[in-house]
Amino acid sequence: MSIDLKTIKHISKLSRISVDDQRAKKLVGDLNSIFDFIEKLNELKTENVKPLTSIAETTLKLRSDEVQSKNIRKEIIKNSPQDNEDYFVVPKVIE
Amino acid sequence: MSDITKQSLTELVESIKNKKLSSSEVTKAFIERSEKSKVLNAFITEDFTSALDKAKKFDQKPNLDLKLPGIPMAIKDLFCTKNIKTTAGSKILNNFVPTYESTVTENIWNEGAILLGKLNCDEFAMGSSNETSFFGNVQNPIDKNLVPGGSSGGSASAVAGQLTPITIGTDTGGSIRQPASFTGTVGLKPTYGSCSRYGIVAFASSLDQAGPMAQNVKDCALLQEVISSFDAKDSTSIDFKRSHYSKDLTNNIKGKKIGIPKEYRVDGMPKEIDDLWQKGIEYVKDCGAEIINISLPHTSYALPTYYIVAPAEASSNLARYDGVKYGFRANGKNLIDMYEKTRSEGFGAEVQRRIMIGTYVLSSGYYDAYYLKAQKVRRLIKNDFDEAYKKVDAILTPSTPSSAFKIGEKTNDPVSMYLNDIFTVPVNLAGLPGISIPAGHDTKGYPLGLQIIGKAFDEQNILNIAFAMEEKINFKNKITDWWIK
Amino acid sequence: MSKKSREYLINRKDNQYEVVIGLEVHAQVLSKSKLFSNSATKFGAEPNTQVSLVDAAFPGMLPVINEFCVKQAIKTGIGLNAKINKRSVFDRKNYFYADLPQGYQISQFKDPIVGEGKVIIDLPDGHKEVGIERLHLEQDAGKSIHDLDPQNTFVDLNRSGVALMEIVSKPDLRSPDEVSIYIKKLRSIMRYLGTCDGNMQEGSLRADVNVSVREKGSKEFGTRCEIKNVNSIKFMQMAIEYEANRQVDLIEEGKTINQETRLFDTKKNETRSMRSKEDAHDYRYFPDPDLLPLEVSDEFVNKLRSEIPELPDDKKKRFINEFKLSAYEATILVTDIEIAKYFEEVVAKMGKNKDMKLAVNWITGELFAVLNSKNLEITQSPVSAKNLAILVNLIKNGTISGKIAKTVFELMLKNDEDPQKIVEEKGLKQQSDPKALEVLIDKIINNNREKAIEYKQGKEKLFGFFVGQAMKASGGKANPQLINEILKKKL
Ligand SMILES: [Mg+2]
Ligand SMILES: [Zn+2]
Repeated sequence: MSIDLKTIKHISKLSRISVDDQRAKKLVGDLNSIFDFIEKLNELKTENVKPLTSIAETTLKLRSDEVQSKNIRKEIIKNSPQDNEDYFVVPKVIE
Repeated sequence: MSDITKQSLTELVESIKNKKLSSSEVTKAFIERSEKSKVLNAFITEDFTSALDKAKKFDQKPNLDLKLPGIPMAIKDLFCTKNIKTTAGSKILNNFVPTYESTVTENIWNEGAILLGKLNCDEFAMGSSNETSFFGNVQNPIDKNLVPGGSSGGSASAVAGQLTPITIGTDTGGSIRQPASFTGTVGLKPTYGSCSRYGIVAFASSLDQAGPMAQNVKDCALLQEVISSFDAKDSTSIDFKRSHYSKDLTNNIKGKKIGIPKEYRVDGMPKEIDDLWQKGIEYVKDCGAEIINISLPHTSYALPTYYIVAPAEASSNLARYDGVKYGFRANGKNLIDMYEKTRSEGFGAEVQRRIMIGTYVLSSGYYDAYYLKAQKVRRLIKNDFDEAYKKVDAILTPSTPSSAFKIGEKTNDPVSMYLNDIFTVPVNLAGLPGISIPAGHDTKGYPLGLQIIGKAFDEQNILNIAFAMEEKINFKNKITDWWIK
Repeated sequence: MSKKSREYLINRKDNQYEVVIGLEVHAQVLSKSKLFSNSATKFGAEPNTQVSLVDAAFPGMLPVINEFCVKQAIKTGIGLNAKINKRSVFDRKNYFYADLPQGYQISQFKDPIVGEGKVIIDLPDGHKEVGIERLHLEQDAGKSIHDLDPQNTFVDLNRSGVALMEIVSKPDLRSPDEVSIYIKKLRSIMRYLGTCDGNMQEGSLRADVNVSVREKGSKEFGTRCEIKNVNSIKFMQMAIEYEANRQVDLIEEGKTINQETRLFDTKKNETRSMRSKEDAHDYRYFPDPDLLPLEVSDEFVNKLRSEIPELPDDKKKRFINEFKLSAYEATILVTDIEIAKYFEEVVAKMGKNKDMKLAVNWITGELFAVLNSKNLEITQSPVSAKNLAILVNLIKNGTISGKIAKTVFELMLKNDEDPQKIVEEKGLKQQSDPKALEVLIDKIINNNREKAIEYKQGKEKLFGFFVGQAMKASGGKANPQLINEILKKKL
């Protein structure tokens, strides 16, 4: 298994983190050494093992359908890098 | 005055209750020492002025029935604190001021404690040396240029350096126990589901737990008693009967069966670690406990499993940092360009690396080979513990495979950095409680820790064992205050 | 009309193409608060005023599930004759968008709450079964507004986190008309259940439409395109029409169809490729570690099953059997739950000696005409079911004629007045006393002797003249049947 530059570029696109070529090359090295180490898992046969998704082996608790939060727009928008008091504002989306 | 900061939490609580000390005096002492300890870089945000105000207020109308009456406390900057900047050690949250409080810190303030400030940590708790923080390295008070461990490095440094009587950290793969071990302090990672995750900046949701970091076991038990609570706001919080951890603390562990897992004797482990472990075994025996050799056969698969599960969850948990609602935003020509620049400039290298790993293992074509595989192995690791606990009450291991290392020593080799957590990670994967207590020193005089792993929800038992061992070990941290001129 | 002639086919020189359609309907769950947070779901609120810290994905915020939404999804599943899964899992669907604050949507991927089911749709020549693949619960996103500012997009998170049921059909639909009937049927079922209000203008019901074409008779499926988020039945039909023809043209030109996501441009009436979605198509689904598996017990499901009201299909059967309605009449009355309720109330209020046909005719005739012209829902009807029932009974028992009833109905529209009272006050009661009518008719015959003789000599058309005169003399109130009888006798 080997991760190449193309893969790094693809993951960077998926994760919305731009990386320049230099960083991408470094990431190729880093990720390959990490995945070499991860490959150890292939020693284990796991066909019949049930995956463990949550360690808290209980089930979901349900809350009742009640409206509790009120209008906190000020609070919600307060930390935003750009807003116009009513809306969050982001650069134009091109569809 | 300086004697105040040498006191343990239990002693300070006592002194305040007996009116030998006021909250103001205590608060002031810790602030003064913190002011002189900037070199440690333990704080990201100081809240000293308002801490003094709160202490004064407390003294005017002291409620001495509380568990932490007027006790000042600095906390890891991963806990959201109302109206106090919360950064998670990241540029992307620089200047983020929550309008809400995490449940764990809320519990603490409800018992009368006073916020001193927010402590440095690895960015989004991703690191084992506190070198990934946007706010710089933290110095280990043990020695110059020594890392305090991570990710709760600021917390460990602040407790060991007596900048706070006690603190809380978070532990996803060892982030409480490893820095505790590196700084000669006590750190408890509670059972998954015992402390609410509400209001804690998430790293890996299925592993994250908050826990106390203290100078001794009794203090640790007291804080655990305060922070552990069922919380309906966290769907993974568990409603179980919690003991009065400090009140019920006992050093009587006669007849307890302690397991020694052979797989923790890893290749290349320094002899001093092995010796420490042997010593630990003797101490436990001295306390009247029984030693039983056990096997946890999948131990060596824990770290590879962790490095799939944790980054996968993190890659998704950190998707919310996109420059839209809060935090840092870089300018971009359009939305996507803004996202890519914001996240590239806002996250540090280690966080980016982990997001990339996580994105990769979840991506189409690789999910089964990595993520699903890791979940299956996680089951095997948990089964190992379940098997072992049919025979023993607790498990004793070293906390870390080495003592603290120098700043910069491992920054260029992610895998060797990850190996720091080899003994702590299995505990998170299995959701169990684990405590690290200082147990000795290496040849350089750096502290070394032993870890006691318990059954789920059996915090009381491992606290008791730690308490009994602490008495036998009689550990003294070698801190020279080298940073205070 | 034969089945063949109704088939929806696209014809080109030598070939005929069949259209294959599957729908992913997004139905907003009727609930007060959101799926994983306790903020309100009301439509039309000021921007960002129904947003909690959880909805805006603040650091450390966690989802807690709304029990009512779970119940609504299960009820809907029961209404779709579907398998209820006692264990389901919430997954994260990861992608970046301005109105998706978490950077992922909590949805159900591998283990949905509801499995396979079916819906029966009524076609002009019978009915058809449409397979349901699954129903799952998921969060709605917020709203991006692109046209308020030339440089920027504005984001409103009011909808963020609102509970949706995604109902995925099998590719069983074959024409725009079938799609329309299917959507209406789904809406009807959910409105009966009270699980979704089906309001398409408010976005409570919208669909992703999967369209492919194949040569008639072929068993293979063609490559499909998904037309995203279409929010009216008319647009769905237009989009399918356009898209199917586009695909057929490509095939005819020997080109290939790309499997892709497309957008329906309502102004240009065409679908076009959504470029922006292309490079982010790997959703990296995985179980949400903030949530545990959702498990429901048999008791929980059975309790909900016991709360399920009579649904349109059963109601229709009952109307046909019990009230002897035609299938056509029954369909009209059951499709909308409120109409069905109104009808049943009329039936109940009519009491023992009721005329079902007459009631149906009055509802679907006079009443619907009034509602249509005034653009009212049945719930806003100016005439209550009770008074309509009285009116129908007045006709049935001969108190007033059908003609007078129309006059009375007009008067009832004002204040939903009791027709009995109107009849009495205005003296509109039908004259059914044979003796009085005989006197009246004698008088008319006397005054029109010549015409009476002409009639007797064979000019039968004049009978109508006498009826008209009698009705006129009675002020329209005479019982027409009696008038007929007496005239026949007397002339
Ligand atoms: Mg879709
Ligand atoms: Zn959907």
